Amino acid sequence: MDYVVLGAGPAGVTAAETLRSANKAARITMIGAELEAPYSRMAIPYLLHGNIEEHGTYLRQTPGHYSNLGIRYLNGHARNIDTATRTLTMQGGDTIGYDRLLIATGASPIIPRFPGANLPGVHTCWTLADAREILKLAEKGAPVVLVGAGFIGSIVLEALYARGCDLTVVEIAPRMVARMMDETAGGMLTRWCVSKGVKVLTGTKVESITQTWNGEAPLYVGLSNGKTAPAKLVVLAAGVRSNTSFLAGSNIAVNHGIKVDRFLATTAPGVYAAGDCCEAVDLSTGKPDMLAIQPVAVEHGRIAALNMAGVVTPHRGSLNMNVLDTMGLISSSFGLWQGADGGSTGKVTDEQNYKYLKLEFEGDRMVGAQCVGMTDHVGMLRGLIQTGFRLGGWRDKLIKSPERLREAYISVAQGVTHGAPASGASGPHVNTPVAA
Amino acid sequence: MLKALVIDSGKCTGCKQCEMACSYENEGEFNVSKSRIRVFDFHTEARMVPYTCTQCAEAWCQQACPVNAITTDAASGVKIVHENLCVGCKVCTIACPFGTINYNASTGKVIKCDLCQGNPACADACPTGAITFQDIEQTGFDKMRSWASVAAKGSETSGPSTPTAKH
Repeated sequence: MDYVVLGAGPAGVTAAETLRSANKAARITMIGAELEAPYSRMAIPYLLHGNIEEHGTYLRQTPGHYSNLGIRYLNGHARNIDTATRTLTMQGGDTIGYDRLLIATGASPIIPRFPGANLPGVHTCWTLADAREILKLAEKGAPVVLVGAGFIGSIVLEALYARGCDLTVVEIAPRMVARMMDETAGGMLTRWCVSKGVKVLTGTKVESITQTWNGEAPLYVGLSNGKTAPAKLVVLAAGVRSNTSFLAGSNIAVNHGIKVDRFLATTAPGVYAAGDCCEAVDLSTGKPDMLAIQPVAVEHGRIAALNMAGVVTPHRGSLNMNVLDTMGLISSSFGLWQGADGGSTGKVTDEQNYKYLKLEFEGDRMVGAQCVGMTDHVGMLRGLIQTGFRLGGWRDKLIKSPERLREAYISVAQGVTHGAPASGASGPHVNTPVAA
Repeated sequence: MLKALVIDSGKCTGCKQCEMACSYENEGEFNVSKSRIRVFDFHTEARMVPYTCTQCAEAWCQQACPVNAITTDAASGVKIVHENLCVGCKVCTIACPFGTINYNASTGKVIKCDLCQGNPACADACPTGAITFQDIEQTGFDKMRSWASVAAKGSETSGPSTPTAKH
């Protein structure tokens, strides 16, 4: 059996490892598009911080990890796939046959259309190669313009701030992290950034970038508010899109990402997809969506590989969730944080202390949450939402006092007090003796 | 033989000696906010519930970590955070559906129960026997894990937290 995994990010690496544990004898080839050891893009901000060296971004730390598992690791970009003959053709012309193929080609940053987006000193922050360029320019005191204050932009913001850059953030949406949190939370983040000396321009567009003779700030960023921001470095964080262009003309159906069924199989026999390049089911909506986050990539990689190996494993759907540290102010959101139609909400807001907790319910189940300034036991929110525990009387208590969510979780999910566990199983579980 | 923390909340008086001992053992200070074990207080039911990590067989935190900073100790099954590798991204803290891995702002890393390298300070400190450290065969721990996997459903049958046959 020949397994080929196209992509060496978290989805690809997890899949290759899962294939190996499921099938000791198979030939496994993993193909990465960058000349690097497999690494995590999520760790790049911490490399920019200076907290870690490049090897600290690697997905696996043991030297020889892939060869020890008998995983052949190649480099290259796919040109096309012939699904009839089950052959992958690389851009250099090499061909690689497969019995089962996983497409885990990830996503790439969207380059905005304004003039000057490709000038020297303008970089995305997506690859290790990008990070090396940014490190050369993002010096203490250097004027830096960050285009985009979505989730990725806000993580990059934190790193650039830590490097002591003189930061201006330009966001087209009316608030920061508009796709992760609501106006109240976004407003808190903005206020927090401004209090730290970061200039935040929301509802503002970059119209152009031009080159000047100013050695300290050779780029002028023209803004829709009529002003100009000088910059030594411009970082683009305007969103990402799935890497699927090499599939044009193939019989592998693509919407925003590659279409997959509940086994993560594409429309071509023997071909599966995982991670940022595909649209799999969002647990909250039951509909396909591209959830470009690390835990989802790992989940997909694992499930796709099991199905490729003949271990039939349906995917129930992934929960969207994010956690963000903005110069020490930590926020997170889960599931349907926008709320459900006909649902109910419990929230507590403390603007002065940058604290916010908002819980969303549908019937007596929690379906979404967002919080600012709260980290302790925050995973319980995932537990409650993903599991769909019936909250019973706890729902009204949580609408009144959302901060009691830990009590509610222990009570309902662990079944240690009167609430019965949703599964109907009797008795407590975590670290508690099972009563006879 | 694998050992686990066994918690009998019926015996807990809420004295919080476990939290103090955990924080002192792991952080060198008496600061219950940094304890890996927490006692939850249900006022209305006059009930106290100590709560910490169960060392899932296949752990959500471990799978979510982008840089392989959480590994399994082969001998004890304990999930250990390697501080030198943890970048502080906090993804494990939202991924763990039990909420038992938490961010420590003073180090910029995450913390979780590691059973104090086989000698848990909380169990030593507990004056009422609400927290004990026992061989898992005698505690029905596999049953607990199997309920843990139900509690965390939404993962696939082969997903994290599912009991495995290897013990």
